[in-house]
This record gives sequence, C-alpha cells and structure tokens, in this order.
Amino acid sequence: MLKQTEGSKAVAEAIALCRPEVICAYPISPQTHIVEALGEMVKAGELAPCEFINVESEFAAMSVAIGSSAAGARSYTATASQGLLFMVEAVYNAAGLGLPIVMTVANRAIGAPINIWNDHSDSLSQRDSGWMQLFAETNQEAVDLHIQAFRLAEELSMPIMVCMDGFILTHAFERVDIPAQEQVDAYLPPFDPRQVLDPAEPVSIGAMVGPEAFMEVKYLAHAKQMQALERIPQLADEFKKIFGRDSGGLVRTYRADDAETMIVAMGSVLGTIKDVVDEMRAEGHKIGVLGIISFRPFPLEQVRAALIKSKRFIVLEKSLAVGMGGIVATNVRMAVTGSGLRGFTAIAGLGGRAIPKSSLHKLFRQAEQEKLEPVTFVDLDWDVVNKQLEREKQNRRSGPIAENILFDKGMSSSAKFG
Amino acid sequence: MSFQPVKFYQTGTYTVGNRLLAPDERSVQANQMRGNSINSGHRACQGCGEALGARYAIDAAMVESNGQLIAANATGCLEVFSTPYPESSWQVPWIHSLFGNTAAVATGIAAAMKAKGRHEVRVVAQGGDGGTTDIGFGCLSGMFERNDDVLYICYDNEGYMNTGVQRSSATPPAARTATTMPVGPEPGNVFGQGKNVPEIAMAHGIPYVATATVADLRDLEYKVRKAMRMHGARYIQIFVPCPLGWGTASHDTIRIARLAKESGMFPVFEAEHGEVTSVLKIRNKVAIGEYLKPQKRFAHLFGKHAHPETVARLQAIADRNIRKYGLLEEETD
Amino acid sequence: MPSKPFAITLKPGTSLANLTGTWRTARPVYLDRLPPCNNACPAGENIQGWLFHAESGDYEQAWRVLVQDNPLPAVMGRVCYHPCEGACNRGQLDSAVGINSVERFLGDEAIKRGWKFEVPAHGSGKKVLVVGAGPSGLSAAYHLACMGHKVEIHEAGPLAGGMMRFGIPKYRLPRDVLDAEVQRILDLGVTLKLNTKVASIDLSMRQGGFDAAFLAVGAHIGKRTTIPAGDASHIVDAVSVLRSMEGEDKPMLGRKVVVYGGGNTAIDVARTVKRMGGEPIIVYRRTRDKAPAHDFEIEEALQEGVMIKWLSTIKQAGAGEITVEKMELDDKGFPQPTGEFETLAADSVVLALGQDVDLSLLDGVPGLEVKDGVVQVAPNMMTGFPGIFAGGDMVPSQRTVTVAVGHGKKAARHIDAWLNGTNYESAAKHELAEFEKLNPWYYSDADKTVRPMLDIIRRQTSFDEVQGGLDETNALFEARRCLSCGNCFECDNCYGVCPDNAVIKLGPGKGFEFNYDYCKGCGICVAECPCGAIKMVAEDI
Repeated sequence: MLKQTEGSKAVAEAIALCRPEVICAYPISPQTHIVEALGEMVKAGELAPCEFINVESEFAAMSVAIGSSAAGARSYTATASQGLLFMVEAVYNAAGLGLPIVMTVANRAIGAPINIWNDHSDSLSQRDSGWMQLFAETNQEAVDLHIQAFRLAEELSMPIMVCMDGFILTHAFERVDIPAQEQVDAYLPPFDPRQVLDPAEPVSIGAMVGPEAFMEVKYLAHAKQMQALERIPQLADEFKKIFGRDSGGLVRTYRADDAETMIVAMGSVLGTIKDVVDEMRAEGHKIGVLGIISFRPFPLEQVRAALIKSKRFIVLEKSLAVGMGGIVATNVRMAVTGSGLRGFTAIAGLGGRAIPKSSLHKLFRQAEQEKLEPVTFVDLDWDVVNKQLEREKQNRRSGPIAENILFDKGMSSSAKFG
Repeated sequence: MSFQPVKFYQTGTYTVGNRLLAPDERSVQANQMRGNSINSGHRACQGCGEALGARYAIDAAMVESNGQLIAANATGCLEVFSTPYPESSWQVPWIHSLFGNTAAVATGIAAAMKAKGRHEVRVVAQGGDGGTTDIGFGCLSGMFERNDDVLYICYDNEGYMNTGVQRSSATPPAARTATTMPVGPEPGNVFGQGKNVPEIAMAHGIPYVATATVADLRDLEYKVRKAMRMHGARYIQIFVPCPLGWGTASHDTIRIARLAKESGMFPVFEAEHGEVTSVLKIRNKVAIGEYLKPQKRFAHLFGKHAHPETVARLQAIADRNIRKYGLLEEETD
Repeated sequence: MPSKPFAITLKPGTSLANLTGTWRTARPVYLDRLPPCNNACPAGENIQGWLFHAESGDYEQAWRVLVQDNPLPAVMGRVCYHPCEGACNRGQLDSAVGINSVERFLGDEAIKRGWKFEVPAHGSGKKVLVVGAGPSGLSAAYHLACMGHKVEIHEAGPLAGGMMRFGIPKYRLPRDVLDAEVQRILDLGVTLKLNTKVASIDLSMRQGGFDAAFLAVGAHIGKRTTIPAGDASHIVDAVSVLRSMEGEDKPMLGRKVVVYGGGNTAIDVARTVKRMGGEPIIVYRRTRDKAPAHDFEIEEALQEGVMIKWLSTIKQAGAGEITVEKMELDDKGFPQPTGEFETLAADSVVLALGQDVDLSLLDGVPGLEVKDGVVQVAPNMMTGFPGIFAGGDMVPSQRTVTVAVGHGKKAARHIDAWLNGTNYESAAKHELAEFEKLNPWYYSDADKTVRPMLDIIRRQTSFDEVQGGLDETNALFEARRCLSCGNCFECDNCYGVCPDNAVIKLGPGKGFEFNYDYCKGCGICVAECPCGAIKMVAEDI
C-alpha cells in the first residue's frame, strides 16, 4: 500500500510486518522515531505477541536481544552513533554466537565533538564485528531491506545491520509502498533457530574456546558471509517475485555501461549523485554510478565487474579512516587490485555537512581529468583549517579547536565583541 | 526461618539430609536422584565455594520449576570452569554472553518465553560479584527497575578471582588482593563506604531479595525455591568462599562461610518488596578474628606487624550488621 | 534442526569426559570409629548401633541390636551406672545422651510387647553348667544358649537374679521387671535349678555330664569389722538386711539405724530403712566426694531424709547408742582420727563394708589361684582348671551388674571357642571417635530429657520405683540426641557438600561411596562430616 510517510514510520511498519517477538529500545537520535512507533503498536496490541522492552542502555538493548534471540524469538533493536559504540561488546558477541538479530542503524557521526547528524562512521566502525551491513538508498529500500534482512539473518544465523542515513532518510517524508502482511508472510517464514535455549533439549551456548578451535570458529563466520554473497542476490530475486520491485542485492549500477568514470557510494547520497550524473551525461560525460548495498559481506567480485570496464573511479564516502583516508575506498581498491584503474577517494558529508550538487559537479569533473589528490575532502574550509594548523605550530596550547574555528568563521560571541 | 518444617531430628536439622524426614521434606541436595545441574568434571579449584553454591542454587531452581529452567551466566570463574570447549558441565539450557550483561540477557530470554506463551519456563541469571556489583550493575539495576521475571543469583566471592584475585566493589576492607596489596601504612583494601547490593536491590522495591551462604544449605534452598515461586525481579546473593583467592584451606570452604555468618560479617536475611522479613540468627557468635585468621588475605592484620585497630574496625562493621539486622537472639528472661 | 554452531555451543553434561580425580593428592575414605559410649560400656554394648534404630522409631530392631550384647536391658536401664554417659561426646556440647533412659525404655517396651529371643535352630550338642543365676551367670547362659549350647543354671538361692534381687532394693529395680527378663532367657531353653547349691564343682560337672562350666556365684558374705560392742548392741551386715527384704520376715532393726559405710550398698540400706519407717544415719569416715557411692544416689538419699555423718568412724557400739569419732583428711586425703567423740542414738548398726565370695565349691579343684578372696582368671575368663571359667563378683572386677553381664558375654564366647577347640579372637578395636573428630555444628541444641521422679512422700514411705521411665516421645527425642560418633548416620552431608558431585549415595541403609574419577581431594566432606566417619589418606604419587 502506497503512503506518504516518514522513513522511520515506514521502517517501523516493515518491522511490524516481520512479526518480531522481542523489541528492545533505547532512545538515541536519529533512530528514536522507529522504536517509538513500534512501542506504540505493541502497547496498542496491534503487534502481538511481542515484548517491547525499554532498556537502560544500548548495551542492554543488544544484550536483551542476545537473550531473546538465543531463546528463539525474532529479535529487533535500533541504534545509532554513540549508542552503537556503547553496545559494541555485545555487537561482537551477538555475531560470535551466531544470533540472527536485525538492527537498524540510523547512521550518525561519532563524537567528540558530539554531533547528531548523518555520516557513516558509526556502522563502518563495526565492519569487522561479524555483522552483515546493508545500506539503504531510499526509504523504500530501507523498508524492503529489513524484510530481506530477517530472512537472510535467520537462514544463515548471523546478525544484520540495516543502515539508513540518519535524518536524511529516517526523518524524510516520502512515498513508500508498505507491503501487505500476506506478502511478508509468504516471503519470511517463521523463525526456526539453528540453536535455541529450551529445557526440552538443553545446550550450552557461549563456551570458552581456546587456541585449538578459535580460528576455525572465526573462519566459519567468514565462510557464512561468503555464502551470503550468493544468497543476497537470490533473496532479492525472490523478493521481486513477491513484492514486484527490485530492492536489495549486493550492488547496483546506474548508467555504467560505457562509463569511463565511475562514482562509487553507499546510502542516500546516491540519489544526489545520480542527479549529477544525469546532468553530466546530458552534457556528454561518460560517467556512471556504482551503489554498494552490501558493505558486509563486501562483494569484491561484483564491484570489480562493475568498475573494470571504466578508466577511473572515485569513491565518495561519508566516513574517514583518520590517519589513512577512506574506508569504503580501501575496500573498493581491494576489489580492483591489479586492474590498473585510477582510484580516488572523496570524503564528504561528515557530521551532516551538506553535499550539494555543485560540489559534486566540480569533484566529478576533476576526477575525469584526474586532477584530484588521492584523498579529497569535499567542501573542506581550508582557510579555517590552515589558520588553526598555523596557530598550533606557534603555540602548542592554542585553545579549543572548535571555538577557534567558530572564531575564524566569525560565528562566535568573542568574534562579535572581540 | 522455617525452612525445615519439622525440627524433630536432633542430629539432622543442620545437615544436608536426614534419613528420617519424609521425602518431600528433604533437601534437594539429599536426593539420590538429584539433577546435578553442574556435572562432574568441571574445572573449578579444589573446594570451590562457587561450584558448590551454583549447584545448590540451580538444582533447587530446577526442582521448583519442574525442570523448566534456562540459565544465563556472566563471564567469570563459573563460566570458565564449566564450559571450556569441547565440554560443558551444564545440564540445563545455559548461555554465556558477556561479563556485564547477564541480567539483560536473562531479560531477553524471559521476554522471549513470554512472547512465545511459554509461561512455565523460568529464567535464572547468575554471575560473580564482579559481574554483578561492578560491571554488570547497570543491567542488573535495569532488570530490577523493570521488574523483569528473572531470578538473579550473585555468587559472592568478594573479588575478581578468574583474572587473578583483583579487588571488586564486594571486596571487604583490609583484604589483600592483587590490586590492594598488603603494603604501606593502610595495607589491603580501602575502608570505603562499601556497596551493599542486596540493599540496593531492596531499594528497587523488587518482590524478593535474600542473602545466603554455602554453609546453610537448607536456608539457601528455601530461599531459591521461594524466589522461584515468585514472579518479577528477584535477587539472591550467595556467599561462596574462594580457597584460592582468600588463601584458605580447600576443606575450609564451608567453615569459612559459617564463620562469616556467625561473626556478623555477612548478614543472612530475606526481604520482600524492600522490607526485611526475616534474618537467620547467629547461633554461636564468634569474634571477627576467628573469621579473619584462617584467611591469608587478612594475614597482614595479625602476627608480628599486627593491625589490631584494623581488626577493630572490621569488628565494628560486623557489630553494625548485628545491630542493624538483629542477628542475635533476643535475650529472654 | 540445523546442526549446532561449532565450538561455541556444546552438548550438556559432557564434562564427564574430564576426570578431575587426577588432581588429587589425598583421598577421602569412609571409616567407622569407635564411639566413646561403646568404648566405655562394660557390657560391650553397641550403644550407637542400637540408638541408630531407636532414632528411626524402630524400637524392636534397636532392642534386638542391644540384646546381642546384653539380655537384660530393662534391668540395665535401671541399675547401670552408665559409664557410657560419662564418656558421651555430647556431654561436651550440652549434656550427655540419656543412654540409660533409652535403654530402659527399650527394655520396658520389649516386656510390654512380649518380644522374645530367637531360639537357635541347631544345637551344638555341648552342655555347659552355669553356677549362679546372677547377672553374670544369666548373661553367660543367654549367650551360650544363643550359640546352641545346652545350658543348666544351678542357683543356691530360692530365686534367680543374684544381687539384682538380693542386693538392689525394689524401689530401684521392681521385681516384675527382673522376673520378665530372667524368664525370657529361660525361654531359650535354659534350665534353671533353684535351691541347688553346688558344693563341689568337680562333682556337679561329672554328675551332669557338662563339657564346661561358668562360675558366677557372686559375693554374698558381708564383710565385718571389729567394733568394740556391748552385748546389747545389735550389729548386722548390709547384705543380709537387703536379702531379708526379699523374704517373708522383714529385718528387725529398730527406729534409729546407723549404716556404716559409704558405698552404694550403704545408701541402699539407708533408703530401705527410711521406707520401713526408720531413721537412718549413714556414718562414713571420709568426705562426700571421696565416697564410693554414686553422687546421684547420695543426693537422692539426702532428698529422702537420710542423714549422713561424713568424716566419722564408729568407735564403740552399745545399747541404743554408739560412739563416733570425728576424722579429718590428711595431706594425702586419708582420714585421721581427731580425738573428738560424739554419741549417736542407734537401735542397730548395719555394716555396709563390702562383700566376700564363698569359694567353697572350688575346694579340691586343682590349678586354681585365689588372691584377695577372688578367683584369678586368664584373659579368656578361664580359671586355672581347663574348662572352668568364672566371672562376676567372684573374679577381680568392679562388681557392678554391668561388668558382670560383660563377663558373662566374654566368658560365653571363650567357652564356645574352647568347646570347639579354637580360640576366640575379638575384632581389633576401631580408633576412638574423639570429640575433636566431630563437627558439632550440625547438631541442634537439645538438652537432655529429665526422667520423672516419684514424689518425695512416696519415696519416703513406699518401695515404688523412684525413677520413672521415658515415654515414647521423649525416648525418641533422647535417642535422636545421639551424635552417632564415628559412624555414618546417613545425614547426606558428604553427598551434599562435594563441589564435584564425587560422592555416590547408595540408598537407604547402604551409605555412600566416593567416585574417585572426579574427587579432587578437597577434603570438605571430611571437615563437614558431623560424626567423624571420613578421613583423608595421602595418595601414593
């Protein structure tokens, strides 16, 4: 059913259609609207049987989900940013125990400085946690990916994060096609856990494993994600059969057939990129797009296939590996190892910095001419940065960076009166 | 506390079993066919109080729940000695997740059972004092506050034993641990304000809070079984001496627990909805020194460089417990 | 069901594969230690053993275990001075178990219920003569009969019981109780010939065709002492006074009766006199704490109005009065005369100074050794003449009913062996279960049950039994005060306290065994065994 709705609300409805049995919620922006909506549904009895637990922290949220999932209940939670970091120990643990929890990450920057706006630093920090990570481009895709995520997680007995850009998607009102319950039921069978805590058949879950078997356990987790590389496209196909639309999969290309320059990105920024590419195509530029949906497992083969016919690519990512450069870019470069392709990294949109079309036009043109540094910081205010670096060169105790920046930009009170 | 309905067998009231009691009045541990929730072959040290306390508690919980029990377990000695791959000692469905999240994991299990309509299945969470009073405290308090249907059992051996005997918030003042060495002008652990988690649990107003020791099996079983008959958040702290960490003889585990109770150092009581409803009275009061001396962790308080003033401060703690909980029988004329 | 995840999920209970018994440097072992009560019992009763059954309310079984050693529990429960209770470990906790009172309860219960001894199925074909139907002779006859021997008792007196009848007053041992226990022994097929004084043991054995003999004639001749006395003085001995109490003609002692001596017999006579309406005064040369009589008997006598003059000797006896000299104890505790004299009214003087044995039946028997007026016997109770054994008061002993009963049992075992041409070897004694071996924490606080006493007026005026018995409730309570020293009473402590589930409970009556595959040797079971029935033994490494 088509409806104009907020992204968070749409995702909440999708979760409800998946018949979760335990939902644990802890408030953190920008995921709050999702669990608020689910809480209301449970409270109203619209979603039953389902337990909605208001936990005291994200660490508890993931821990409750671990318990409920191990006890055979379809379990869901949502988080973002600091919340994700606060639950990290449990995030790794859920994956290690092979518990098919689905978690929405409403992507948001990580402090300090504290910042509630969107980038991908939070979920990308968990790239090695053993969770699968699917990135939604639109709210429709966010809805669809959650449905697919439960199916995939439970099939492989591995947890999945469905990542959607905080505010940009979660708080955006768009037209979304909310599936019917029968469709979801046809696609997603009841949870048949691989292991379950049940007095009828006791098991001990979570043993201490020493050097004699630890590597094997870890390899098996890796092997599962390799299996997911095969299952994700298949599940997308099955999804299309029931729901009638393309959604999910590993990667998606746009106007890439004869592209010499490929733009690689994840999440909602793909929309802006496509607009820019359309405009540049209209001007005759041979430029195309590669959207990565599955960041974990990372589809090396599919990425390579999508890029190999081009001459160069630029990875535009909302994350920064401080001291190194791009995170997604590093993964993409791995995919094209030995191909001779020129690759550029563009760090953009950190902490919610807008990514205007104009900046992308400029960036992509520079890329075509290969006039880019290996790592480009899109729309970085070099003036501010250089002033601060200069101050620090002169005086190690040069004051708070943020305050100085505001001063340089003429935005602080001290600037007004100083 | 009338945990044994008929005090008729004069040689048997305090023993584990009693050949003369009717079968349904006997302790769980006395049963020839008892479940042994923790099987033989576990790797606990000789004379481990925690291995004993856990079997006492979980066996009792299993009986009271008709075998419909799931246990969550914090990281710690109990977890490590019971489930090193490839063997598990547990005979009940059991999960270990992390050090500090056991109460929340148990909440999740209970929620799952509720959602699935399996109301007969009961949930127990268990951890050591480190996993309970320190790192797991947030989850514990959350579980209490929501009144989740979980019985949380803390096996209190007063320190981080699994990692090599470091101080926890349950370590008593003056005790030697690897992080509170008996050196300097005030050797051993600091005299802080203490952290009385049973009382903190009571402050949550949860249906049931109790303390017990491995020296009083009948009392321990009575409390576990009573707790299992109730619903909502319940907390039992069981005093389990650690021969390795405390420097006591392996055969002294129960004696030390008994002395802790008889000295007043570990008050044994139960509380419902935040109010103490009964205490286990001291039977033969002993001075604190009798409890401290057999333990090497307090050895620096005695001998050539004795600290009698420190012993006196510990005695004052015991005396305060005795006053506060009314641990001595009233003198009757 | 899909396969479980590798390594992180394990099958339940699989740690059984890990045999932790290899860690052990010392192993616990079960043992039986000798309870102090058993050790102290002159009759060799397995007191802890019969209390065990009494605790469960199985009085018949308790009685049957008891009578394996002593056929006279109802008598014993009244007249035994219970050294067992003096040795009882419970005395160090609150007060000793009232063993004697439980024994009496069992004895009375047996009489009430008519429990009988089992007659042995097969006879041995051997004949044994027992001389004397006192406690020692009856005990020997009982044990010999149980072993299948034909037993004949020759008793000089008109009734069986010996000193139990002719030395102990009725108010301490009602005669119907004695008669019932004697009859039960006779019911085993023992022949009792009364009024049959054996003049010559040699002759009696040959005439009766006996293969062996057990002599237990007792000590019935009152000792005399030289007291300067006028013709009008009336001096008799205690044994004859007590004996005449059993006959038609009660002794004529007058109103003021002086009893001379400080032993139990002196007390018995004084209390008897009191009951006959007399005014007894005991005269004893030493102090109360030095008197051989049991203090509780002295106390009871005092309660009943018996006067006692301590530190006094009789210097002279005249008509209606005697003269006594005050004594004082020297440094070594011996009484020395002071030269101070006092006159007491006395219609008669009863000498309670001990008894001698009538050994005339042994005249002409070669090889016997008589010393201090008693027959010397070997450790197997045999006299110097092969086949003739002796016991009770006529051999060197403490002269109590219980010692006599013990002699009878011991002699019977050796007679049986001798008849079979073998030697009786008693089993090696277990190590003693001292109080330090116990963990007394596990015993509830429970003070001894006090037996009811007859009211003082009836004690002073009648021969009704002074001390009442326990009823079932308090006999059971008293039995359950037993600590079961050194012997497992199936309290399940070892089974419960083992952190490694390494104790196997074998089921009711079968006890426990260790599973050394898993026992790590921590020793908690030993420390927490209430009764000291486990010990640690070093492993050979």
